[in-house]
Amino acid sequence: MADTPVLRLSGITKRFGPLVANDDISLSLAPGEVLALLGENGAGKSTLVSILFGHYVADAGSIEVFGQPLPPGNPRAALQAGIGMVHQHFTLADNLCVLDNVIMGTEPLWWPRSRRVQARARMLEVAARFGLSVQPEALIGSLSVGERQRVEILKALYRGARILILDEPTAVLTPQESEALFATLATMVAQGLSIIFISHKLAEVLRLSHRVAVLRQGKLVAQAPAHETTQAQLAQWMVGHAVDAVARPPATPPGRVICELLSVSTPAGVRDRLDQVSLALHAGEIVAVAGVSGNGQVALAELLCGVRRASSGEVRLEGEALRASPAWLVSRGVARIPEDRHAVGVVGDLPLWENIIAERLRSPMFSARLWVRRAAAQRHAQQVIQAFNVRGGGLQTAARALSGGNMQKLILGRALMPVASAPEARPRLIVAHQPTWGLDIGAVAYVQEQLVAARNAGAAVLLISDDLDEVMALGDRIAVMHEGHLSEARAPAHWTREGIGLAMAGVIPSGSEPGRAASGATHAT
Amino acid sequence: MALAPLAAIAVTLILGSLLVVWTGAPVGRTWGLLVQGAFGSVFAWTETLTRAIPLMLTGLAATVAFKARLFNIGAEGQLYAGALAAVAIGGAQASEALSMPMGVVFALMMLAAALAGALLLLGPALLKARLGVDEVVTTLLLNFIVLLLVSAMLDGPMKDPMAMGWPQSVSLNTELELSRLVERTRLHSGLLWALGLAVGAWALLKYTVLGFDIRALGANDRAAAFVGVPVTRTVVLVAMLSGALAGLAGAIEVAGRTSYVTLDMSPGYGYSGIVVAMLAGLHPLGVIAASLFIAGVLVGADSMSRALGVPTYLADVIVAVSLLCVLVAALLTQYRLRRG
Repeated sequence: MADTPVLRLSGITKRFGPLVANDDISLSLAPGEVLALLGENGAGKSTLVSILFGHYVADAGSIEVFGQPLPPGNPRAALQAGIGMVHQHFTLADNLCVLDNVIMGTEPLWWPRSRRVQARARMLEVAARFGLSVQPEALIGSLSVGERQRVEILKALYRGARILILDEPTAVLTPQESEALFATLATMVAQGLSIIFISHKLAEVLRLSHRVAVLRQGKLVAQAPAHETTQAQLAQWMVGHAVDAVARPPATPPGRVICELLSVSTPAGVRDRLDQVSLALHAGEIVAVAGVSGNGQVALAELLCGVRRASSGEVRLEGEALRASPAWLVSRGVARIPEDRHAVGVVGDLPLWENIIAERLRSPMFSARLWVRRAAAQRHAQQVIQAFNVRGGGLQTAARALSGGNMQKLILGRALMPVASAPEARPRLIVAHQPTWGLDIGAVAYVQEQLVAARNAGAAVLLISDDLDEVMALGDRIAVMHEGHLSEARAPAHWTREGIGLAMAGVIPSGSEPGRAASGATHAT
Repeated sequence: MALAPLAAIAVTLILGSLLVVWTGAPVGRTWGLLVQGAFGSVFAWTETLTRAIPLMLTGLAATVAFKARLFNIGAEGQLYAGALAAVAIGGAQASEALSMPMGVVFALMMLAAALAGALLLLGPALLKARLGVDEVVTTLLLNFIVLLLVSAMLDGPMKDPMAMGWPQSVSLNTELELSRLVERTRLHSGLLWALGLAVGAWALLKYTVLGFDIRALGANDRAAAFVGVPVTRTVVLVAMLSGALAGLAGAIEVAGRTSYVTLDMSPGYGYSGIVVAMLAGLHPLGVIAASLFIAGVLVGADSMSRALGVPTYLADVIVAVSLLCVLVAALLTQYRLRRG
């Protein structure tokens, strides 16, 4: 690949106030090359790509595409130069068909009518050339996530993209869908397209790319051919120091049942729901729930966090019927870690101390009749901040000022820290929904260590995660969600990666799923 | 953040100056006369304080509700409902018929006024909490219904037979009227009520569990529900509180100033209360300062207008523009870069 580069970034620098998001970054991309852009959250990947695509204007530096300088701050020019972008969050109109979405914006406004026949033929031709099977008339709303991503890619190719930027493309895919994506990318590379692939999953970066560029704190810290480096090396470049995998002692024989779901369903009509889910969580084990998000994980988490009710079935917490009340759950020793830190986990405008004691505000420790016991509350909050090493603010700092990792530490501390009046009362059940989502490697390790420590101390942990690696690494038993059904929870030894992938797509492993089997039986009679 | 309202007022004065220039009056003298008219004499500052009392109370009503993101635009109607309830209990004949000590009647009167305002807001609050009906629409439209109800009462059952055909209610028992704070002026002890309630609202928001619930609910309703804030109960309590404050504004106006209800007893205090609350940055103690500012502008503009012929509409323009400026200032100061 000694050809002239298709893309050359020289000395790109971008500042946001005191923060240097990109610091003198120079990169080049050869024809037919897959370059992986690796880095933690906030390392500057998104900023760099936004500059490339014209959403931001760099403070310094220049961009050349196919030898021509690219005018800054002009997405249209980037498109015309042949740069295509596939965002992590798709930019598709759900109520339009595939063809409409692909040709949207490619036709001049003053054409009296859309030239759909030609456009359709061209779209199908492009799709065939890259092996992307699509139905032009299918509504986007009816497509799966993998299919939607295919439409996004097709959209870029239809516009004549020669350089494709993919932002975390596998984050929302099942393993099988990821494989299909990798095959597509290989076809594209074979036809001379160049690809920039943004990710923080080390394994797929090594597998897919020719070259890896690592960003840390806005700087390009390393570049290496993919076949000359290792995951450990990449992780070290990303974080700046060596990273140990979380050690998990072997599973102990499961303890008593802490929480039990007996064919629980949540109301129909809500998009994300449970359908006849049964599950038992024992003391001293981590049950990990895998699945593509949107298949009932939110319903499961919200049910056990006390903010959603079941429409049928039974949930028992240590023998008692579970009440849909956060305060009741907290008083029974349920530690809750919600999926969305910013929207649900904290009240961003309120100070740290109020966020920390919010769950227990109604207990006699922190309030007497109508009044908040501010001194006791702030004392406890200070202990949580210290014990869980929450950095970036004091008691009175607004919670929104915290970084994602520190915010998650605050939420963990709030949920896991025993109160002074009952130091022995450790959490008995932990419901953690995507607890490491969007965190940097250091924070991920911290959160996972806390979950494992709680399990070793005898808590039942329900870990709901999109991240298959996390599920495999932490789960003592693994279950898979698909369209509201939950598979049987089985030990990792009984699962293969492929099996989990198939279950995520709704293919039941070896006919042992109770919910499905039961419904099949009723059909037969 | 605390500077935003001050910046907004500065911009408002600049824009107001342009209007003064347009009328051809000298800018410096216009503002000078306005300030003099508002604070330059015993008559002036007592008038300003008198005018600030209902503004303070409706401002508090808006502050408490807005803090929980309950957008109560109906303080005007709640004020009239409170005024009507006050006269229903404390009217000359009704209060005699109760045959109780006047102190008890007075307490009953205030309680009735607070309850009338609270109940008026309860409907919209429940509709919002249960069915998600937009409270801006329901509370705003209730204002017109209440005004028509007041009109019907003043021409019907509560009409004063001695008023020579004017639509006004029977008078309050003179023993129930609030005492004067300064002799030979209209300033009455309702000011102490308003100040006390401002301090009370501040303490409630800052030191109580309900105060936390209100602030958490207003800042992030999903997170509030997640940590166990009883959402419906909080919305209902906030509505009762806000409505009660606006209802008290009506009762205190009747007991302190007008002594009977007319259809024009409030020149839009309910709506100006929203401006007061926003200028105060939704801080109960800030409401005190903001209501003095708005009242000063309204009172000062009258005397300035008499001297210079600049229309008193200038005052309305200043009040309106200051609200817009505060909203813009809030937008600018709360604008945040989000991490991608």
